[in-house]
Amino acid sequence: MSQTLKEAARKLGLLDEEFEAIECILGRLPNFTELSIFSVMWSEHCSYKNSINWLKTLPRSGSHLLAEAGEENAGLVDIGGGLACAFKIESHNHPSAIEPYQGAATGVGGIHRDIFTMGARPIASLNSLRFGDIHSDKTKHLVRGVVKGIGDYGNSFGVPTVGGEVYFDDSYQINPLVNAMSVGIVEVGKTCSAIALGPGNPVYIVGSSTGKDGIHGATFASDDLGEDAASSLPSVQVGDPFQEKLLLEASLEAIATGAVVGMQDMGAAGITCSTSEMSEKGGVGMRIDLDLVPTRQKDMLPFEILLSESQERMLVVVDKGREKEIEAIFDKWDLNCAKIGEVTNTKLLEFWHKGELVANVPAWDLVLGGGAPVYDREYRRPAYLSQCQSFGLADVAEPRDLVMVADYLLNHPNIASKKWVYEQYDSMVQTNTLTTNKPSDAAVVRIKGSDKALALTVDCNPYYLFSNPETGAMIAVAEAARNLVCSGATPSAITNCLNFGNPYVPEVYYQFVKAVTGMGRACKRFGTPVTGGNVSFYNQSSDQGPVLPTPTIGMVGIMEHTDAHMTLDFKEPGDLIYLIGQSRNDVGSSQYLRKYHQITYSPAPYFDLEEEYAVQQAVSQAIAHKLLASAHDCSEGGLFVALFEMSLPRNLGFAIHLAPGIRPDAYLFGESQGRIVVTVKANKSHELEKLLADVPFSQIGMVTEDNSMVVGNIHFGTLTEKRALYDDCLQGHLD
Amino acid sequence: MKFGVVTFPGSNCDHDTLHVLRTVMGFDTVSLWHKDHDLQGCDFVFLPGGFSYGDYLRSGAIARFSPIMESVAAHAAKGGFVMGICNGFQVLCESGLLPGALLRNAGQKFSCKNIYLRTETIQSAITQQLEKGQVLTLPIAHAEGNYYIDNAGLKSLQDHDQVLFRYCSKEGRLGEEHNPNGSLDHIAGITNAGRNVFGMMPHPERAAEGILGNKDGRKLFEGVLQMV
Repeated sequence: MSQTLKEAARKLGLLDEEFEAIECILGRLPNFTELSIFSVMWSEHCSYKNSINWLKTLPRSGSHLLAEAGEENAGLVDIGGGLACAFKIESHNHPSAIEPYQGAATGVGGIHRDIFTMGARPIASLNSLRFGDIHSDKTKHLVRGVVKGIGDYGNSFGVPTVGGEVYFDDSYQINPLVNAMSVGIVEVGKTCSAIALGPGNPVYIVGSSTGKDGIHGATFASDDLGEDAASSLPSVQVGDPFQEKLLLEASLEAIATGAVVGMQDMGAAGITCSTSEMSEKGGVGMRIDLDLVPTRQKDMLPFEILLSESQERMLVVVDKGREKEIEAIFDKWDLNCAKIGEVTNTKLLEFWHKGELVANVPAWDLVLGGGAPVYDREYRRPAYLSQCQSFGLADVAEPRDLVMVADYLLNHPNIASKKWVYEQYDSMVQTNTLTTNKPSDAAVVRIKGSDKALALTVDCNPYYLFSNPETGAMIAVAEAARNLVCSGATPSAITNCLNFGNPYVPEVYYQFVKAVTGMGRACKRFGTPVTGGNVSFYNQSSDQGPVLPTPTIGMVGIMEHTDAHMTLDFKEPGDLIYLIGQSRNDVGSSQYLRKYHQITYSPAPYFDLEEEYAVQQAVSQAIAHKLLASAHDCSEGGLFVALFEMSLPRNLGFAIHLAPGIRPDAYLFGESQGRIVVTVKANKSHELEKLLADVPFSQIGMVTEDNSMVVGNIHFGTLTEKRALYDDCLQGHLD
Repeated sequence: MKFGVVTFPGSNCDHDTLHVLRTVMGFDTVSLWHKDHDLQGCDFVFLPGGFSYGDYLRSGAIARFSPIMESVAAHAAKGGFVMGICNGFQVLCESGLLPGALLRNAGQKFSCKNIYLRTETIQSAITQQLEKGQVLTLPIAHAEGNYYIDNAGLKSLQDHDQVLFRYCSKEGRLGEEHNPNGSLDHIAGITNAGRNVFGMMPHPERAAEGILGNKDGRKLFEGVLQMV
């Protein structure tokens, strides 16, 4: 018996030592249902067992945080004026690899539920996507499916998709990354907790019926994607944005009555996870009758009901005596609202089925922070990092034709316009998106009923992390902050989605450890604590090795008044162009080096945390003093691409000079960090220069009336010619 | 004049439309619920954008059977004003209050972007503030906005000056390259023979405030104000 069970445990992804721990906790052998419960709750996805020790080193507190990381379903930040912002990013990588449309759609649905289960109304979403070679049919299939999935779900649900990033690199060929972020607004003090309290209070399941989809999804997410991954199809859930929209409205109405004690959405591990986490948090137990759960098909087995990851469901604990009020709301929205059990004082989760107690486990032992296992994993510096350090600029010849390089970069999928993607997303519903007609480095969303706006961005350049995980992660945070600052906002806090390979591979775990270390350092400097997020390991396939280390940063910034919004487009001919920050003879890990020269191993670009911070502060001051006409940071593609992007909206060209002592290719296409391009009216330049006393800067040129791009004596062509290269690249590959 | 905005399950521009009518324009505006028959004395009923009942069958195909639509139809039959934006336009076509149908976009994809619209008639409550030929910039956001009608129907629309807006270039020229969804005769919005029911795919409510960087949509609501 014990041997058969041990076999079953292994198949469910449990280690032998974990099986023994379960036996010890229960004081007996678990039955299959209980084993299933432990296997999902102790999966990497739910327990963070291989990451939590490092995550705890991140700065996770601040006076403006209303909830500490991990305390609620999402981070909660005080944004003043009696309002709070709930936000979080999460991955849905493995489901999207198998079934891109549903995988991505349910990723969007899941992250929105995390927000509105707290009582916040989602007002914006963003996403970060990584795919393999755009020339391969497989990638085209994945991109089309993922984008349509995100669009169909978000568009119907009625939350604008306001920002994001899309990268292509061969390391994501089999295992794409789909990270979705949701941002919501709630009045301070009107949030709802994911907690069960008050023995005797009834427990409800609301929303969609429970089906056989997504069973063992959490375990599936915690394994390498193999060749037979497609046979895991039942592990992928199916989304219904219409149900989610109803669930949103009903949940917010229910929370507003004050009759809801606690609420948690059902994501990974379904009923199992929500009952155990809510019970553990309240120090209570629950008695649940699985026969009362509305199901889509007959004769579902107990473990199937418990582990189903059917979407658009919530677990709600209601104040006893006020059941009718809550039932009436869900009835109004034509949603299921079934009482399935009650809160007990036993601290045990008792699941009953056809009159039998099919599982009886202590809630505390199941969850992160309770009895779930925690591991310190071994890590080792990968050998390739030394190879990265040995590269120098002299290793690449200076190209004879810089115009050809520029054309190549503008037409490269990693740099070209993402219009093909974002036009499939409704970016304007809710009529709060300021950046539709006034583009800036971060998306800016006003908050109706106040003067405030939020600035939002997701950022991560995985090439920098590959070359130097610690510096690369600092840059990811710095770039996010830079984007917010260039938009006129003050960085407030981050959420992160840590996408890495297999944590049991010491070289992969090294990337994780160093990335978390760097992220922590940068977050401390920028005063942006980590409010939560998600760790996604096992992003690799058995034959291709790990994906590039990709810890995506989702950052929220606050704009006290929408007047502060700064845009990136050149405004008028004659405006002076300044580059704030230092240019260097540096092409490390740039798109120019990786793609044009096909050089994989080089150092991360130049980065200095203090210098970066000073530059950002200076630009922030200049915006506050109303000195700037536009601001845009230098990122992928370097200075040239930044200038080009500033030119496009109003069809205004530029003429700049080269920098003495810096190789033209490094100056134009290198990605040295901490650089921001700004424009200023000529009569304000003196004031600007005074304000920039403590940071390096140079006046590099001027905005021109004709729509041509000129650097020194090199003509890079007209915007009319180059716009097509930039605008039509993705369409050419994907339509 | 009193305004109402219908909320179907799955409507998602109902709050936006309410916001513009009530807060931006200052109109007396109430919210109407799909399960009710009561129009609460509204003179002008808006059917908002969204995905009514999920739009899993055909956009607007289920919404037309909702209780409130019986009252909306009766209201329109008596000459009362009704306007459908995006999904609302689809519902009006499905329910026969406006002629024609909205098919899947020619490009087969959802499309959200700013487009140019040419004002084709000023003989309507919502275009009377505009000039004939005036070009507006408004956003679209739909997957099924490809307007279709049979030849006789098209001729009737043209003969009776029922086309409100056509997709065009920035300068007001018509052409396939300026038509975002393949609509027949570049039609973006129409009115009925009685000129009291209006439907359009672009979203004027998303372009009615200076803070959003585009106030072109506001002109349509200002037109309505002239009726008061």
